[in-house]
Amino acid sequence: MSEHPIAARWRSLREEAGRGKPRAALIPYLTAGYPTPELSREALQLVAAAGADFVEVGVPFSDPLADGPTIQRSIQAALEQGMTVPRVLELIARARLPVPVVVMTYLNPVLAYGLERFLEDAHGAGASGLLLTDLPAGADPQLEARVAASPLALIRLIAPTTTAERLTRAVRSATGFLYLISRLGVTGKRDEVPQDLPSHVARVRAASDLPLAVGFGISTPTQAQAAAQLADGVVVGSALVETLGSGGLAAVEQLVRALAAAVRALRAPAA
Amino acid sequence: MTDLPGVAAPGRFGPYGGRYVPETLMAALEELERVYDEAKGDPRFWAELDGLLKDYVGRPTPLTETPRLGAEVGPGVVVVLKREDLNHTGAHKINNTLGQVLLARRMGKPRIIAETGAGQHGVATATVCARFGLECVVYMGEEDMRRQRLNVYRMELMGARVVPVTSGTRTLKDATNEALRDWVTNVTTTHYIIGSVVGPDPFPRIVRDYQSVIGREARAQTLERYRRLPRTVAACVGGGSNAMGIFTAFLDDGDVELVGVEAAGEGLGTRRHAASLARGKPGVFHGSLSYLLQDADGQVQPAHSVSAGLDYPGVGPEHAYLKDTGRVLYEAVTDRQALDAFADLSRLEGILPALESAHAIAWVIGHRGHWGAGDIVLINLSGRGDKDVAMVAELTGAKL
Repeated sequence: MSEHPIAARWRSLREEAGRGKPRAALIPYLTAGYPTPELSREALQLVAAAGADFVEVGVPFSDPLADGPTIQRSIQAALEQGMTVPRVLELIARARLPVPVVVMTYLNPVLAYGLERFLEDAHGAGASGLLLTDLPAGADPQLEARVAASPLALIRLIAPTTTAERLTRAVRSATGFLYLISRLGVTGKRDEVPQDLPSHVARVRAASDLPLAVGFGISTPTQAQAAAQLADGVVVGSALVETLGSGGLAAVEQLVRALAAAVRALRAPAA
Repeated sequence: MTDLPGVAAPGRFGPYGGRYVPETLMAALEELERVYDEAKGDPRFWAELDGLLKDYVGRPTPLTETPRLGAEVGPGVVVVLKREDLNHTGAHKINNTLGQVLLARRMGKPRIIAETGAGQHGVATATVCARFGLECVVYMGEEDMRRQRLNVYRMELMGARVVPVTSGTRTLKDATNEALRDWVTNVTTTHYIIGSVVGPDPFPRIVRDYQSVIGREARAQTLERYRRLPRTVAACVGGGSNAMGIFTAFLDDGDVELVGVEAAGEGLGTRRHAASLARGKPGVFHGSLSYLLQDADGQVQPAHSVSAGLDYPGVGPEHAYLKDTGRVLYEAVTDRQALDAFADLSRLEGILPALESAHAIAWVIGHRGHWGAGDIVLINLSGRGDKDVAMVAELTGAKL
């Protein structure tokens, strides 16, 4: 069996580190279909070319209860343009991104499309991973087993409130990488990286050898750089969505380049 | 749907229910379950709750026979109302908020949040927070704040902060989203008092257990007064807390017909209704699997009802299970029928029902001939209609 695309990407990052260029992965999030389906495809291609190592693509859901106002508005705009599961998969297929794609969404649009069909079609469209915001580890063992049996990696979210017992359970069923929520709350820009992040990172590190990405509230190159000191990957979402809405493709490209430089800067050599 | 998830497990009603929430909330739900289980086995907890229900809320609520309404329904038919409208704050909601505020105190959480549609649950939450000196924030859709101005002011008088929700449909669904977002952010200091038998486990069973006092009292009162059980028990269903509250005591009485009445709004044939059980399909929404008004792509569809408290696209997971097993019959009545029943009960019996409860009354009136002489029809009058008077006047063109 060939190496999973997500694992392959992390391996190449480790190899770069071995050659003396350690850095964290940059993982941009964009809402599929925002600001328009056409510009959304261009934006995905552009972030992949400007330094993303993975791309998270959000499938719009009418009631995104883990998302803050910026991503809520982008989802609303995408839905008004008819951006539902079939069209998102079509968009991913047409974008033909050179980096692994993680689909991020809520359970209900996936269930309505049909779970098995979704897993098959998302893989067929070129996606490599799946992140379901409202499917925490153990919530639905049968459903989780079906995702685990598919070619898509099951990306697990870990929160600052995740208990030791839950952490053990979550990492057991996770593949691809772990996604540590940097703080309590919904997605959105914040002023700084939380002070207790290092202890949460250490806790997750102790529980799993999987690569660890950090997200929620990371918006500026300075914050990305701080997070990159701790984690293997940095997720940036709301800041990019906001920039795309206000400044268009050129502004997004500029921000992605600055973020990509930030995750490469000042990284101590790997132990 | 071929991909119905779920397994029979704790926190499930058949396949329905579950805990489909962001990871951040899982620890709080586990803590809540533990504290709720401990309280359930603690006689001191029940002694305190029962004392408050008696001396603060005014329980037991009366069972009122309504002879003029009964005559409309059929010769010799005995129609009785369980008078939850006579509770302190005017609805059944306080049964649940009192129980949950005691749980919040056990967990040492000083801050309470709630969502509200009609405002009754918001008022009941603000009330118990005032009683126990806790900070209270209530999320309410902007559209509902307009429909229920009086309740907004009542909450503010009791020290609560009412936050207008301007996202989505600006009603109960979006108020619930906003409350969940607050909870994800402030979960370590905050307890979320959900107002109905919806949301992630353990909320549907907690709310049902604290509301089941309605049915326990009503069953005992009916037996004591009439020496027999009702033939039919009817209650309105939005999220479904007053219905679970009155049904639970009768679930094992196989001869008692249980009827849940949803809001058909402008008609089940239109897209403007709130009948999740009649017209929805199973889906995951607000933390649990249940029937849901959704389109073919799994996007949640806006509900509509003249009554803000029924204006919700989801429904409690236990109702989904009771529908599938056939134990409860779920029906729906329109805005027009509910408004007529609102007027009928006021005129015939001198009781103004909440527009929510008027749906259950409308179903009974609409089924005249269904019962014979001596049959008892028990209706849960879940709330009083004072809050709806201004809106009913507006809708019927009356000048105030």
